[in-house]
Amino acid sequence: MAFKTSLSCACNVFFRHFSRTTLKSSPITQPKFPGAKTSWTEKLQFTEPSQYTPIPVYRVMDRTGNILDATQEPQIKDEILLKMYKDMSVLNVMDKILYESQRQGRISFYMTNYGEEATHIGSAAALTLDDLVYGQYREAGVLMYRGFSLQDFVDQCYGNSDDKGRGKQMPVHYGSKDLNFVTISSPLTTQMPQAVGSAFALKGTNKVVVCYFGDGSASEGDAHAALNFSATLECPVIFFCRNNGYAISTPVNEQYRGDGIAGKGVSYGINTLRVDGNDVLAVYNVTKLAKEYAVKENKPVLIEAMTYRVGDHSTSDDSSAYRSPKEVADWATNDYPTKKFRYYLESKGLWNGDKEKQLLEQTKKDVMSAFSVGEKKLKPKWTEMYEDVYKFLPAHIRKQRDSMVEHLKKYKEHYPIDSFQK
Amino acid sequence: MVLNKIVKLGGEVLQSAVPLKNKSQRCASHFVYSPDSNSTIKGDRTKMNMFQAINNALDTALKTDPKAIIFGEDVGFGGVFRCTLDLQKKYGKQRVFNTPLCEQGIAGFGIGAAVAGSTAIAEIQFADYIFPAFDQLVNEAAKYRYRSGNLFDCGKLTVRSPCGAVGHGALYHSQSPEAYFAHTPGLKVVVPRGPIKAKGLLLSCIRDPDPCLIFEPKVLYRMAVEEVPTDDYQLPIGKADILINGSDLTMIGWGTQVHVLKEVADLLKEKHSISAEVIDLVSILPWDVDTVCKSASKTGRVLVAHEAPLTSGFGAEIAATIQENCFLKLSAPVVRVTGPDTPFPHVFEPFYLPTKWRCLDEALKLIDY
Ligand SMILES: Cc1ncc(C[n+]2csc(CCOP(=O)(O)OP(=O)(O)O)c2C)c(N)n1
Repeated sequence: MAFKTSLSCACNVFFRHFSRTTLKSSPITQPKFPGAKTSWTEKLQFTEPSQYTPIPVYRVMDRTGNILDATQEPQIKDEILLKMYKDMSVLNVMDKILYESQRQGRISFYMTNYGEEATHIGSAAALTLDDLVYGQYREAGVLMYRGFSLQDFVDQCYGNSDDKGRGKQMPVHYGSKDLNFVTISSPLTTQMPQAVGSAFALKGTNKVVVCYFGDGSASEGDAHAALNFSATLECPVIFFCRNNGYAISTPVNEQYRGDGIAGKGVSYGINTLRVDGNDVLAVYNVTKLAKEYAVKENKPVLIEAMTYRVGDHSTSDDSSAYRSPKEVADWATNDYPTKKFRYYLESKGLWNGDKEKQLLEQTKKDVMSAFSVGEKKLKPKWTEMYEDVYKFLPAHIRKQRDSMVEHLKKYKEHYPIDSFQK
Repeated sequence: MVLNKIVKLGGEVLQSAVPLKNKSQRCASHFVYSPDSNSTIKGDRTKMNMFQAINNALDTALKTDPKAIIFGEDVGFGGVFRCTLDLQKKYGKQRVFNTPLCEQGIAGFGIGAAVAGSTAIAEIQFADYIFPAFDQLVNEAAKYRYRSGNLFDCGKLTVRSPCGAVGHGALYHSQSPEAYFAHTPGLKVVVPRGPIKAKGLLLSCIRDPDPCLIFEPKVLYRMAVEEVPTDDYQLPIGKADILINGSDLTMIGWGTQVHVLKEVADLLKEKHSISAEVIDLVSILPWDVDTVCKSASKTGRVLVAHEAPLTSGFGAEIAATIQENCFLKLSAPVVRVTGPDTPFPHVFEPFYLPTKWRCLDEALKLIDY
């Protein structure tokens, strides 16, 4: 049999070349297995998680905004510092008003960003507009910093005729071609391998792709695929994990063991940083370093920003069912990112109580005016529903649309056509 | 609480600047739920909505089967739809527990637990998020027994998942994926129309010797209230229910759509003196060909309605089977009233759904054919 002959052939070759004497004369000090670069040991023992030193949390400020190591204070222009602070505050006011608007039944759904403002603004400030952003959904501040207006936010939440997403998706599923922010999709973690693909496509262009995701999302299979692809295919992508302690009700100790999300980065062979996500200057520094490295080396970086989700998961959630009000209040009062940043700005003489009052009043006015404008706008024409399934409307969908048009001629009083453009 | 204060502030500002006009319009649902009137199950009854009936079924399963375990995302605190409320408190973390956020993990874990003797009851938080688990369910769960020559099976696996329209769920909180799974030999797929059905079907799924999927129309969780039998009972998988007897046409649906069709039957009767038979298919795989074809042969006119898109929706299978079996008895082609072949849109939902007006329109055309 052909198989047998070739096998015995192979054996002959094997024994001719690998006699005991040959092996002795060339001592191998390192294992040669292709699967791992490491050393030998004759000690039988586990490698235990407890032997490993967890990656520390990088910070620049203490809780009251003092710089801990002067060499780490980023050199950011005053006007940029003020923009950063303003956007964090505006985000906060917008959240309060949109949250309440859902409570009053004006919009169908909302998700606040309370407590995570510094992760958004600190990272956004370290990027440029031509970097491509993939978000999860709780990154409104990133979009705001890049220039998405209050009106843009409100229009999307209403799904009105000026919503850039054409009324197709739920509130907070923002997207902007101009701002290089890929439209949010609800299925979790799908954005991660996509971000890697985009980074591959953008290699060598001095742009990075930034991909935000939560501590919960990191458990999906797509997260593994993304990290592994980015490392092996050497893609300039920054994975930015917002570790806010919870995935809806599930606390992180039921989500993963080991050294969090950062701990995984190293084992995939990815340069990794862990940062105080409530320290906007620290987030700025790590993102800046990540971008420089990713662009220069064409390699991925993983950032784990440690923070806390101060708000409920969404307007469909009541977090008092799974965490204590005391725990929440503690984060809201003692380590709130906006407050910490304000202390810093005050110490530099850039901010004070008057300015704060003025900003809040102006912002409230701005949000309210965007709000009442957005609420009055009609929804897009209802036949928009059939558009963009494909680039060109295919015959079968056209037929379905036409029969709905006929149906509405007879039954229009039963449909809310007055809320839609004609 | 600080947060409450923050939020309250937002509300005051909002209310004073933009007075509210038509608050309730947004959530007005597209159908009127009607409870089962003639359920024949004996014993005591308690008023329960559908999530409570499901909770009651899960409680029954845990109580009667020491090998039963319940798991999924956020099930520990009761689940985002409250179906597992208090079960962890009652039965402990070894039997009712959160998993990491990973649907393929949940399905694969459930299969393995079932293979090794557990009664595995998994929750996928939304049917829209069952697709990462598609491989485990379609290639693994469905084929376990067949490919091993019956050496191994995962018949003790049940997967529960909320499905269907809610008024504002958009692309990823509204889908009805039953047809994808109906295309998979080896799985069983059921959809309850209310609390009594949900409890009985869920207990049947849990005890069935094959892997089962139960898609629970989420809009019914709170809205649907019935006097639910408190005893342990099961309702058959594979058996349709004739909810209204009629002679002029047959209307077939499942889940929420059944309630739409019941309203249509009322309209047909009152306004047009047309007698419509309404069938709840209940079970998508296997499905009750006999009941459907008997009715189709009697009335000669059939309308099938579902929320999922038209092309390759389960209505296609029903229509094909009816024309195969009842061709000479039909007075008109079987008509399908479904979602269009588009993703499920947010603000356009009222135009997307197979509303009672679309069903009525088509039923009248069917009569005049
Ligand atoms: C594939 C998928 N599964 C489940 C869900 C439902 N879901 C929405 S958000 C969420 C929790 C996400 O938590 P995390 O990633 O930590 O982000 P956070 O909300 O804390 O910002 C879940 C389970 C989903 N959207 N997609």
